[in-house]
Amino acid sequence: MTALEFDHVSRQFATPGGRTYRALDDISFTVEAGAFVAIVGPSGCGKSTLLNLAAGLLAPSSGLVRGYGSALNGLNRHATYLFQQDALLPWKSVLDNVALGLTLAGVPRAEARARADRWVSRVGLAGFARHYPAQLSGGMRKRAAMAQHWIIDRSLLLMDEPFSALDVHTRLAMEAELLALWETADKSAAVPEKTVLFVTHDLEEAIALADEVIVLSAGPGARVVARHPVPLGRPRDLMDVRTTPSFVDLHRALWMVLREEVRRSQRGAEPSRA
Amino acid sequence: MPDAVERVDAGAHERRRPKIVLWQAGVGVAAVAVWESLVSAGAIDPFFVSRPTAIARRMWMWSGDGTIWRHLATTLEESLLGLLIGSALGIALGFWFGRSPLLAAVFDPYIKMLNAVPRIVLAPLFLLWFGLGIWSKVALAVTLVFFVMFFSTYQGVRDADRVLIDNVRMLGASPRQLVRHVLVPSALTWIFSSLQTSLGFAMVGAVVGEYLGSTRGLGYVIAQAEGTFDTTGVFAGMTVLAIVVVIVSAIVGRLEQWLLAWKQ
Repeated sequence: MTALEFDHVSRQFATPGGRTYRALDDISFTVEAGAFVAIVGPSGCGKSTLLNLAAGLLAPSSGLVRGYGSALNGLNRHATYLFQQDALLPWKSVLDNVALGLTLAGVPRAEARARADRWVSRVGLAGFARHYPAQLSGGMRKRAAMAQHWIIDRSLLLMDEPFSALDVHTRLAMEAELLALWETADKSAAVPEKTVLFVTHDLEEAIALADEVIVLSAGPGARVVARHPVPLGRPRDLMDVRTTPSFVDLHRALWMVLREEVRRSQRGAEPSRA
Repeated sequence: MPDAVERVDAGAHERRRPKIVLWQAGVGVAAVAVWESLVSAGAIDPFFVSRPTAIARRMWMWSGDGTIWRHLATTLEESLLGLLIGSALGIALGFWFGRSPLLAAVFDPYIKMLNAVPRIVLAPLFLLWFGLGIWSKVALAVTLVFFVMFFSTYQGVRDADRVLIDNVRMLGASPRQLVRHVLVPSALTWIFSSLQTSLGFAMVGAVVGEYLGSTRGLGYVIAQAEGTFDTTGVFAGMTVLAIVVVIVSAIVGRLEQWLLAWKQ
């Protein structure tokens, strides 16, 4: 089953100067249900635009985005979206933030809080349920955001450089947690298989986490320039996987492709899109 | 780690707090002492600026015979009504405009024109329309409070973080839930932050209104004193007004701190 399909998708934006900026050009790929797919590309190549299209927050200028076979019309109801920026509501406590998706769906308050409480513990924030986001560190806010999205149990998880602002060690811990949550996705849940589309500019992170890596070209008019399965088993030990021969080989091969795109993006950096 | 830095600063401020209060009191006492001694030494004529002891005696007299409480009650009543009505109108319209950009664009020049009108020129009109009683003063306070609240609410709704909105929509919020969970709280932070300003404006509106034509209120007391060149009365009236504003501001500040606890 295909969880997500981009079918010749292009997207343009009107610039303040009255011209059009072509962010994505004729993007086609599919993500199978249950897969963990990472998308890498140089800065400003339209990775976030691609996720916004997958989420249904943006509509394609041409082409179609399909979720589980049907073309998206408005928001993608199969998906949750972990943004790069902090998106917790600053005026709600951690517990209320995590419970929000349930509250919105009309789950009774007591039940929503009880379930949120379990998720808060599960992401390691047990003592911080009553704290406000401003009282937490960046890594803790990311954990809370993960719980906020995982609790509503959608099948497609869109993630936009979720860990890029974290220090190396916190990041490694968060990546491990993400994999653990994905690999042990609750089989009794309504949709047992979780599909992840993970955007990052870090090739190492992409290979370490994903089943498949898609490389985008430099913008404007980003295209898919490479697509490669990751020949690493599961479950993975993120501490050690980066030194295995197959990791190193794949990294070298994909880096050859990505390096060119990074160079191009730095040479032709669009001044209007820093 | 900007959080940590801010917390350290706040801590330092807390530790310096008794020292600051001491200095604040010192500055006040010194200023009053200089004033009193200059008058006593004959350097300045009390006819023009009165003197602190006389002002204190007058205030004592006022509070003793109860006249000041009646006037104060009137001013506070007008201010409070002005604040409530002005806020209600400002918030409602600010929210409505914030949600419909077309409406905001159409009315933008008119709002700006109205806001540019000096309120004091409206006072005689309000006297004509609403009479000598409290409502002409309430109206003046409303015209001041309304714009502060209107612009705050409008900003709050318009500036609601795009990412927060997208995030809550992805979590399944309906348009109505979006308003309740994101837009209203976002606007509230702006509204609470402008509550102090609004309160000050409400009192200015009430007092100016009384000053220009009334039979009660602190503005009336000051105007009466001025009419008889009673500078002691003028300064006593101003002092009462200042004390009340400080007390009410402190109360509003506490309220704001409590309501915006999540901001830390």
